[in-house]
Amino acid sequence: MSVYEYIVRTKDLSRVYTMGDTKVRALDNVALDIRRGEYVSIMGPSGSGKSTLFNMIGGLDKPTNGTVFIDEVDMAQLTASELAFLRCRKIGYIFQTFNLIPVMTALENVTLPMVFAGLTTEDAMEKGIGLLGTVGLGDRYDHKPTELSGGQQQRVATARALANDPAIILADEPTGNLDLRTGKEIINLLKQMNDEKKVTIISATHDLKMIDVSDRVVWIRDGKIERIEERKDIDIQVGQMEGEEE
Amino acid sequence: MSERQGTGSVLEGLESGGIQRQIVLPWSRALQMTRENIFVRLGRSAITASGIFLGIAFLSAVLFGAAAASVKARLDLTELGLEHEAAELQARIVWLAAMSLLVATVGIVNSMLMSVTERYKEIGTMKCLGALDSFIVRLFILEAGLLGILGSIAGAIVGAGIMMLAYMGRIGARGVGESWSATALKLGGTEIPLWLSILLAIVIGGILSIAAALYPAWQAAKMPPAAALRSEF
Repeated sequence: MSVYEYIVRTKDLSRVYTMGDTKVRALDNVALDIRRGEYVSIMGPSGSGKSTLFNMIGGLDKPTNGTVFIDEVDMAQLTASELAFLRCRKIGYIFQTFNLIPVMTALENVTLPMVFAGLTTEDAMEKGIGLLGTVGLGDRYDHKPTELSGGQQQRVATARALANDPAIILADEPTGNLDLRTGKEIINLLKQMNDEKKVTIISATHDLKMIDVSDRVVWIRDGKIERIEERKDIDIQVGQMEGEEE
Repeated sequence: MSERQGTGSVLEGLESGGIQRQIVLPWSRALQMTRENIFVRLGRSAITASGIFLGIAFLSAVLFGAAAASVKARLDLTELGLEHEAAELQARIVWLAAMSLLVATVGIVNSMLMSVTERYKEIGTMKCLGALDSFIVRLFILEAGLLGILGSIAGAIVGAGIMMLAYMGRIGARGVGESWSATALKLGGTEIPLWLSILLAIVIGGILSIAAALYPAWQAAKMPPAAALRSEF
């Protein structure tokens, strides 16, 4: 299979929620193209549709209208097994609420996707320890999520997202539950992955600290894309960033 | 991997028909995860198993009572109207047994429903890691089966045990011993001794638990991950 320029492409993407008599247009004809290796931040206020867009791109929910192409393959055409394959091997997910399995240790959490991918226990453990080391938690591999701070849990979640060397990492408000300093650590970690491993990062967020590391920022409001800006066109003064409210 | 990621198509490696080999959950690993799920959350597991425990305890007590009654009748050496009383007793026993099984079923179904629902978020997360729907069902079936068997065995021990102690005074230790080979149930002409009927009760308890977990687990596995992840638990 040849390599395509756009790893993710959406066309006329819409998602309408019907609640009783009212219809809510969470997404309204969104067209977005994301290149391999890009770091894209989808930014907007609460209710703007960025999480819905995240769900569409990640195959976590079906659109009401329109198409999502991953490497020019229509996601709607994939069978349940093919979708599972995609989620296991090609996409890594990071969530605002970390979503670690509470009864498993950090290492078990990180190696779970590897189990699904068919790795042997020894290979999985070795790779898992390595990944935990990359995110700075090599010595806490046997801790359960309840024994880890929020920032540490998110770092475990990041290591888990990288378990099967995905092509894309999708992050939904990764810094939403973290304080300023920890949030910055996670953002730097994501940027490091983007630089070193050339993973495409797509992040839905309202954390302005993300802007600095993004290649492009997609501003979304009321389910529509307002504008898309290249990083170099965005004027940020460092002083203002520190005091920025979230 | 030291090579650049993101090279090659996202669907590379997806050979047609090979999906089942590409995503796996070995039974040994599933069993290990199930054991972890049960024993790390021991309290919660005990509550889930209590439904089956109580139901099978009640059923075992009923069965023991039936067997002990026939031993007692023999010991009392009453022959007058024995057959008539025996038939009436049998009918009551079958009715009681059926009722206790019904009570057990309701308890198990409730427990399994709760057990699945409070883990919607976990299920959604596992699907994001690439779990096939069948993995989710497999994990819950294993857990339900294990809890069902353990709960049934515990229930049988406690239910029959309490009755054994109660009947010690009435028919003596030897009478209690004899009860185990005496008839507990008469179903359509076949006489089932106590030890066999309790064994059957345990097996039925396990099967009921699995059956009760099947539908909720399947429903949860089919949900779109976004919906499962939105759960508040």
